[in-house]
Amino acid sequence: MIRSSVGHMFPRLHGAAGSVSVPSLPAAPGIEIAEVSHRFGDTEVLRNVSVTLTERRIAIVGANGSGKSTFSRLLNGLLVPERGRVTVDGHDTANAAKAVRRKVGFVFQNPDNQIVFPTVAEDVAFGLKGQKLSADERAERVEEILARYGLEHLRDRPAHKLSGGQKQLLALAGVLITRPDYVVFDEPTTLLDLRNARMVGQVINTLAQTAIVVTHDLPLIEAFDRVLVFDQGRIIADDVPSKALSEYVRRMQ
Amino acid sequence: MSRSILHRLPAGLKLTALAAAGSAVIWVSDWRVMVDLLLLVALAFPVARLGRGALVQQLRPLLPMLVVLFLAQGLMASWTEAALVIARIATLVLMAGLVTLTTRTEDLIATVERLLTPLAPLGVNPGKVSLAFSLALRFLPVIAEEAERVHEAQSARGLGNSPLALALPLIVRVLKSAEDIADAIEARSGHDDPDCPQEKPQRRARFNPLAALKTVKE
Repeated sequence: MIRSSVGHMFPRLHGAAGSVSVPSLPAAPGIEIAEVSHRFGDTEVLRNVSVTLTERRIAIVGANGSGKSTFSRLLNGLLVPERGRVTVDGHDTANAAKAVRRKVGFVFQNPDNQIVFPTVAEDVAFGLKGQKLSADERAERVEEILARYGLEHLRDRPAHKLSGGQKQLLALAGVLITRPDYVVFDEPTTLLDLRNARMVGQVINTLAQTAIVVTHDLPLIEAFDRVLVFDQGRIIADDVPSKALSEYVRRMQ
Repeated sequence: MSRSILHRLPAGLKLTALAAAGSAVIWVSDWRVMVDLLLLVALAFPVARLGRGALVQQLRPLLPMLVVLFLAQGLMASWTEAALVIARIATLVLMAGLVTLTTRTEDLIATVERLLTPLAPLGVNPGKVSLAFSLALRFLPVIAEEAERVHEAQSARGLGNSPLALALPLIVRVLKSAEDIADAIEARSGHDDPDCPQEKPQRRARFNPLAALKTVKE
């Protein structure tokens, strides 16, 4: 069953990680994608996609090349659409990139490409660079986030010596330290073994932030609020997991 | 790791001392003085609470080169000259190791950034240079691991001895990773970057390393 954009089914929570004191525009909270099309060269990867994301746990599934990763990159302005408009809590990604990036964190598929400093604590602190915080406040935030994800004993460890699961947690900690309202995950469990995939899944499910997860890992998203199924640059199903995933599985057979 | 007095010294002071001492050892011409200096620097390792392993780790990769250099200098010049050159190189390496092992990368980078700040009016962006410095430190071991993986894969196909079979896939992977890393830096720090677009939209295409290589070939 295909569902149109839905309203505010679930209130957004602001838990331990808190929210950022960014002056918000008087617009409806949520991420709105309006009539978005995008192409890479001759290939049209998104075709007139319109959807509003307001739930706390949203999954995006689809075959390889269906446009889901491109869609995810639109959400924090890593990519600006050729046609159409993407707004985050009223901020247009095309002309308010700073405000959008404060609100939307992005966790990449391969944490090795996201960790940019040699050691764990230094990498986590990178997100705070340029924010007007004292050295003590910065150190406090780093320690708090390391402790939250059980990384405190690894604080001085070289990042390349961590396990896959620890790297993914570090990548997430590096994003959450900036206290975004939304976190977009691009296939967060693809490179992980079963145990680490479950651990990352648990972390995602307990996040205070809104989580938007692009994935092929269907058990991860069974308890999500909403699933979008992409095919050839279009959303072909948009529903609760039980219904959307059956449609996805049927089409993939 | 417990913090010694060397750990607590400011990074700027350590870098300045390293630069000064590194220049000074060039003027030492007596091999016995040079060996004494080498022993002195080696003794600084336990003072910095760094084990013997850390000291050996600094010198081990250089050992074959030091042996060759010692023999070449000894045979072509004199054995005292050979001892002087080897002791000087080892002293320089150990001093540099001592500074990097007792200073957090974050502090080193902040110092580099501070030192470069006066060059900002000339168009140098201290933030970007220090970030490049940090990226080099972070990704050297990652690229080494990637090279090992490519080598294993090519060995399994019987191409273990072909430099081209190692270099090409490695270059493609590194270029692809570079694009992802640039995206990640943008996503993590774009909100503080003065170059981050505020009014001008960006509509860039994803980088395709294979297409780029094809272009280079053409």
